[in-house]
Amino acid sequence: MRVELLWWDGCPSHPETLAALERSLSAAGLDSQVQMVEIESDEQARRERFPGSPTIRIDGDDIFPCPEGEPYSLTCRVYRLRDGRPSPTPDPEDLLEKIRLRAHPAEPGACG
Amino acid sequence: MQIGDEASGFSLPATDGTEHGPDGVTVVVFTCNHCPYALAWHDRLTQVARDYDGRARLLAVNPNNAETHPRDSFDAMKERVDADGGWPHPYLRDESQEVARAYGARTTPDVFVLDADGVLRYRGAPDADHRDERQGASWLRDALDAVLAGDEPARPETEPVGCSVKWKR
Repeated sequence: MRVELLWWDGCPSHPETLAALERSLSAAGLDSQVQMVEIESDEQARRERFPGSPTIRIDGDDIFPCPEGEPYSLTCRVYRLRDGRPSPTPDPEDLLEKIRLRAHPAEPGACG
Repeated sequence: MQIGDEASGFSLPATDGTEHGPDGVTVVVFTCNHCPYALAWHDRLTQVARDYDGRARLLAVNPNNAETHPRDSFDAMKERVDADGGWPHPYLRDESQEVARAYGARTTPDVFVLDADGVLRYRGAPDADHRDERQGASWLRDALDAVLAGDEPARPETEPVGCSVKWKR
């Protein structure tokens, strides 16, 4: 599983996000190394389809996908905590849930 | 601008069509619409404006380049205040970014407390943790209480935390 953390140094949230991501990977029983990808220009942001910092991708997919039409640029992402408050980083429980879903997808036909 | 320096005066347009600048004890907060740190601290800052009404005024100033960050345009600022049903303090547009440059603003938010003579008495973050609402902008409140009592803030400077100001090139 390829795990990437795309970041821009205009937002100070990437160290906290990296720590939370590593905790979630460990809790999900994964030993994947996080690849840090620094985004340094708007042109690179468009090329990388980077909606803001921090962005977490697993096997190329943004695990917190943005709505259609969101511009790609050097900016900071606004996440929502489970209680609705805005946050520079994903809710830790949401992050762990997303990682677990990617790590252990439901078996086809399995129910209950 | 350093602690103890006299701050530049200014007059900037607000979302409601009025103009405002420092007058008496004033909190100048550089902030914006798009930054999650500014959003996380917003309610705590508006509560400060309510709690110190009549003793100090709070001016929120958005200096960001709206060409690269359209969510910080003057129109978007007006829409946000309208959507909230009004704010207890003005929301000012620093289109030229001259005020932000004069103050040396680095992030959104970046808080400056001026005494009644316009001298800078506090600069930095509202409190120690954007995630913890219970902090209640305590660093800013401590500084305001000291200034209003005619004292020096015990903690005159902290590290501002937030998104970088989006400068025009």
